[in-house]
Amino acid sequence: MSTVTPDPTHAPGHAPDHGHGHAAHDPTVPVTFGLLAEFGTGDAMAHAIEKAVAAGYTHLDGYSPYPVGEAADALRFPKSEMGPIMFIGGITGACAGFLMQYWANTFGYTLNIGGRPYFSWPSFVPITFEMMVLTTALSGFFGLMALCGLPRYNHPLFNSKAFDRATRDRFFVCIEATDPKFDLAATRAFLNDLHPLSVEEVMD
Amino acid sequence: MATAEHPPARSDLPLEPEMHPLVKSVYDGKPHDLVSVGDAIGEVVLKGEHPRGWWIGFLAGFFMLQVLALAVCWLFYLGVGIWGINVPVAWGFAIVNFVWWIGIGHAGTLISAILLLMHQRWRTSINRFSEAMTIFAVMCAGLFPLLHMGRPWFFYWLYPFPNVAGVYPQFRSPLTWDVFAVTTYFTVSLVFWYLGLVPDLAALRDQARKKWQQIAYGLLSLGWRGSAIHWRRYEKVYLILGGISTPLVLSVHTVVSFDFAVSIVPLWHATIFPPFFVAGAIYSGFAMVVLIAIPVRKWYKLEDFFTDHHLDIMGKVMLATGFLVTYGYFSEAWMAWYGHTLYEWGTTIERMFGPYGWSYWCLIGFNCVFPLTFLWSKKMRVSPFWMSLICISVLIGMWFERYVIVITLAREYIPGAWGHYAPTFWDYATMVGSLGLFLFLFFLFLRYLPMISITEVRELLPKKQGGGGGHSIMENAP
Repeated sequence: MSTVTPDPTHAPGHAPDHGHGHAAHDPTVPVTFGLLAEFGTGDAMAHAIEKAVAAGYTHLDGYSPYPVGEAADALRFPKSEMGPIMFIGGITGACAGFLMQYWANTFGYTLNIGGRPYFSWPSFVPITFEMMVLTTALSGFFGLMALCGLPRYNHPLFNSKAFDRATRDRFFVCIEATDPKFDLAATRAFLNDLHPLSVEEVMD
Repeated sequence: MATAEHPPARSDLPLEPEMHPLVKSVYDGKPHDLVSVGDAIGEVVLKGEHPRGWWIGFLAGFFMLQVLALAVCWLFYLGVGIWGINVPVAWGFAIVNFVWWIGIGHAGTLISAILLLMHQRWRTSINRFSEAMTIFAVMCAGLFPLLHMGRPWFFYWLYPFPNVAGVYPQFRSPLTWDVFAVTTYFTVSLVFWYLGLVPDLAALRDQARKKWQQIAYGLLSLGWRGSAIHWRRYEKVYLILGGISTPLVLSVHTVVSFDFAVSIVPLWHATIFPPFFVAGAIYSGFAMVVLIAIPVRKWYKLEDFFTDHHLDIMGKVMLATGFLVTYGYFSEAWMAWYGHTLYEWGTTIERMFGPYGWSYWCLIGFNCVFPLTFLWSKKMRVSPFWMSLICISVLIGMWFERYVIVITLAREYIPGAWGHYAPTFWDYATMVGSLGLFLFLFFLFLRYLPMISITEVRELLPKKQGGGGGHSIMENAP
């Protein structure tokens, strides 16, 4: 997984357009994905994000081995979209489940069970409920995958050797080159001011 | 109402886990930190050195699995006639074992979902393998109705699908509800379990040194990189899954109990069945979790995470659910007597003193008398030896409970329709075989996946040791 940790002073292939010119550049020449700052605690990471957002950076993210809610708050992502997605998924499943039973036992294949009406809705409640739970769970899982863009095995951050510790004991902040305010030297100086353990340029 | 007698409320418990014995803070003489947690749990899987106990358990499971294969082959060749089932007892061991296994599965969801919603932090070290246990137990449970069908290759007829015959399932039947309940339960448990595993698999991917491990865990971890945005979504999904699994787990055993309660068989047609079944499910499920956890934590030296405190709490839950099922037995007999129904009372007498009376007294002895005598004592609850004995007793007792219920069919209304039921060798072989399937899968799980959630234990560590300061997963999931 480790490929490059080049010295930024003569890193090849990135013009001041900072990754915007993907269409034009030679794909064999690496471009900068962003600057990765390493921190020792979740609080330091969240604090750094807070500072970076205050300084006007917009394309950045924090990475940690366990959830640090303050980091997401600092990124101005106070509430995720998953609630409505799962709610809609569940309602859809419940309706589909109910209508399926209604159609199958009222029109599709009618059976007289103990003289009950064909449309005996109370006996359709358990399966309606089970279908709701099933679709809520599945829409949650697949919705999460879709929104997070997972599975994705080729993320540029995996080019950084240090980033292996993002699932272990280190907390990272990555300011991406697509950020309008991104400038390799200035952003590096900015990150260095936040007292990280290290700052590294990650190549795409 | 003297306040001094009351235990401290949950909110009074200290937040920092070092102050209450959830994660022992010392590891090799040093305090636990993020790395040592990953090493203690992850290296079990990555190093692949397994204690003798693992081999004994795995080989025992593997051997019993072969028994299952034989029993199933013979069943497919000759049909369900090789079992002892006949009219009037047409269900026999198949339904006994189905209900027993699915009940055992319920503890996993209870621990992972209900205790999550209740902010019970002690669940952290046992939720992963309880969830694994749920999945494997539901697989064993699902086996029995499938085999009992006679033509298991037509199992998909249970689901509605467009077909030229224009035939659809009868959705007023609890048996059809059961199909949907168990399938949903299995799928949702799998999603819940896998979602919990994803960050841990990513941790293993980055911790692994062997190429095949990096590739395998890398693929399974879906490229998880721990982004703050992803975590926020992840926690929300996890929380909602916990929220919907809670009614789900209650609904599943309720539907299972409807299989009986919706009939008109005396002693089955009772409103107490759903809660009584759910309590029994949790009772036997906790027994299975404790019974597995006691040797496993010893073999893998994970006493830091699965502490005596856990045994104590789980013993208390078993005590409570044990009394709930005991109340159920009392209520059944009381309602039969007080209801002045000839058949209810007659069936009760047959159940207690008829030809299968011994199984009723086994149930009372194994399920009520023995465990509920000893679970009162804290000394017993924290003693691995006594807890193992109590758990084995509960598992046997809960099996007999289902046996007693099913065997009611042998003597119900008209004496002329009474019959006799005796399991055959193949009934026992299938039952032992399902135990083999369970052990086989469970020991493979111990070998290849982290049995304790690395991520959640890290969150639980105090802040000065690098952790999240006792934050449990989902507490920051708006």
